[in-house]
Amino acid sequence: MSSVNRRVLPGFSLSLGYTIFYLSVLVLFPIAACFVKAASLSFDEFLSAVWTERARAAYVLTFGTSFLAAIANLALGSIVAWVLVRYSFPGKRIVDALVDLPLALPTAVGGLVYASLYVEKGWLGRYLVPLGVKAAYSRLGIVLVLVFVSLPFVVRTVQPILEDFDREAEEASSSLGATRWQTFHNVILPTLFPALITGFALAFARSIGEYGSVVFISGNMPYKTEIAPILIVARLEEFAYGEATAIAVVLLVISFSMLILVNLLENWSRRYAR
Amino acid sequence: MSQSLFFSVLCISSLAFGCDKPAGSDPAPTAQTASSVSVKAPKELELLNVSYDPTRELWRDFNAKFSEVYQKETGTKLTIKQSHGGSSTQARAVIDGLEADVVTLASFLDTDAISKKGLIQPDWLEKFPNHSLPYTSTIVFVVRKGNPKGIKDWADLVKPGVQVITPNPKTSGNGYLSFFSAWGSVTLRGGSREDAIAFVTRLYKQVPVLDSGARGATTTFAQKKLGDVQLAWENEAHLEVEEAKGDLDLVYPAISIRAEPHVAVVDGNVDRKNTRAAAEAYLKYAYTDAAQEIFAKHFYRPTNEAILKAHPESFPPIKLFPITDIAKDFPDAHKQFIADGGVFDGIYKPKK
Repeated sequence: MSSVNRRVLPGFSLSLGYTIFYLSVLVLFPIAACFVKAASLSFDEFLSAVWTERARAAYVLTFGTSFLAAIANLALGSIVAWVLVRYSFPGKRIVDALVDLPLALPTAVGGLVYASLYVEKGWLGRYLVPLGVKAAYSRLGIVLVLVFVSLPFVVRTVQPILEDFDREAEEASSSLGATRWQTFHNVILPTLFPALITGFALAFARSIGEYGSVVFISGNMPYKTEIAPILIVARLEEFAYGEATAIAVVLLVISFSMLILVNLLENWSRRYAR
Repeated sequence: MSQSLFFSVLCISSLAFGCDKPAGSDPAPTAQTASSVSVKAPKELELLNVSYDPTRELWRDFNAKFSEVYQKETGTKLTIKQSHGGSSTQARAVIDGLEADVVTLASFLDTDAISKKGLIQPDWLEKFPNHSLPYTSTIVFVVRKGNPKGIKDWADLVKPGVQVITPNPKTSGNGYLSFFSAWGSVTLRGGSREDAIAFVTRLYKQVPVLDSGARGATTTFAQKKLGDVQLAWENEAHLEVEEAKGDLDLVYPAISIRAEPHVAVVDGNVDRKNTRAAAEAYLKYAYTDAAQEIFAKHFYRPTNEAILKAHPESFPPIKLFPITDIAKDFPDAHKQFIADGGVFDGIYKPKK
């Protein structure tokens, strides 16, 4: 035996093999099947399926609302995480559990409930609609439900980092005369930054794929509130599997490139933080 | 943190799965029948009827009745399972391997799609009486109590200030049948193609929400109280009005489409499962007087004229036109009006 295993942890090849197998079956294989199916179309067919004016409007809407929802969650989620880590108050455990609830609730239910609350005669809508805030059947509504379904991601990525955060660094900062803002900006934020970006990416990706809740609140009006997954369903309804997967492939490619970008940004920020 | 990339990928992969309509179909494990030996009359047999959403109660009634009759006649104890969901979602499930013995879907298009994959013989339409239609249905109006906007016929739908609730023709059978009805209401009363385009354009401009399916539209109209009139399946409309206890009224327009929910035996499956005899008997039974009464009870129009006429309170007079009055057939109508680049797409094209 010429090569000596110098790794400290045993079982590397076994666990790597397992990981690759697991990832392939769960992720790679279905996605590859999407690409194969979409490849059954000729280039012109593919283009006419995915690049119509209507489809482009849907992509802009899908990515735009997902982006806004992820941004909103960045702010909202980090505040929630902050409160949950730094303060103790009665019922904290319940609040902590509430955060995960959007993951458990069938999203269609979430969409239906949001829509019924914000329609003109709904509990909230009856006060908001006269003020000009129309959340049901509008883009605002889409962003709202997306914030709802992707809420746990930022909270759950930021929370453990905050918990491990070295308080002494914070105390040192203030005892050296930093204002609270300086402490936050120069000490806390750089440490949190990678986690924030990861949370953002997860929330963003989750929103792009969301269908169940959005169909109930968006109103699905072409060019206005029609998200890209609706187009996929519309094509399936015509039994046009190829065209439907073509749109899915476009979404996948755009999402994947965005996620890679976000990961690069995260790596960069990690280096910068040091 | 390559871990985060993994999770991200996992999340977007939910795209591929998450894009399907919530089917809500009953999980129907179609176990092979225990006695696969080809005895003339097996002791026990299981059939799976794959149908669309609102027929759940109808087929439950029907199945109870039929299995009783069948056991008396043949001695075979029949268990009939049902699966329900959006009609074309169900068709795709059968194409992808759901072992249906019979399909009772909402539209010719869906049964035809299964047939095109070779699971149903091409001459299926003539296997049972009335082009394999034991019952028909149509699209009618549901309005608010007392019909405050005075909606009586199709032309009233485009009056200023009237909001119409109907699901998306692209994703719903209720949706495209409403579209066909609106179209026919113009062209079959002397209007030209241009008139019809103008009419549907105005009509869909007055639709505030395009729900993805019939159930969603009913929720929007009855629960969220949006809109003045809903274009609904006749059978659903009856139930909706009943349930609203006086808050909603039913209005029959003078003319509407004849919806054709065909039935068919899934040849590819019954031959493999040895269930052909039972499956055929099942669908034949749908044409008996007893079964026709069950359809009528659930507000589906029996194709037996005498039984249809015996229920004037459920089925007021209305002129039902066949799809062939406005197109060659259902696939042609769908292609012309609904599919990509059809008339419906033109309505929403933003003006430059």
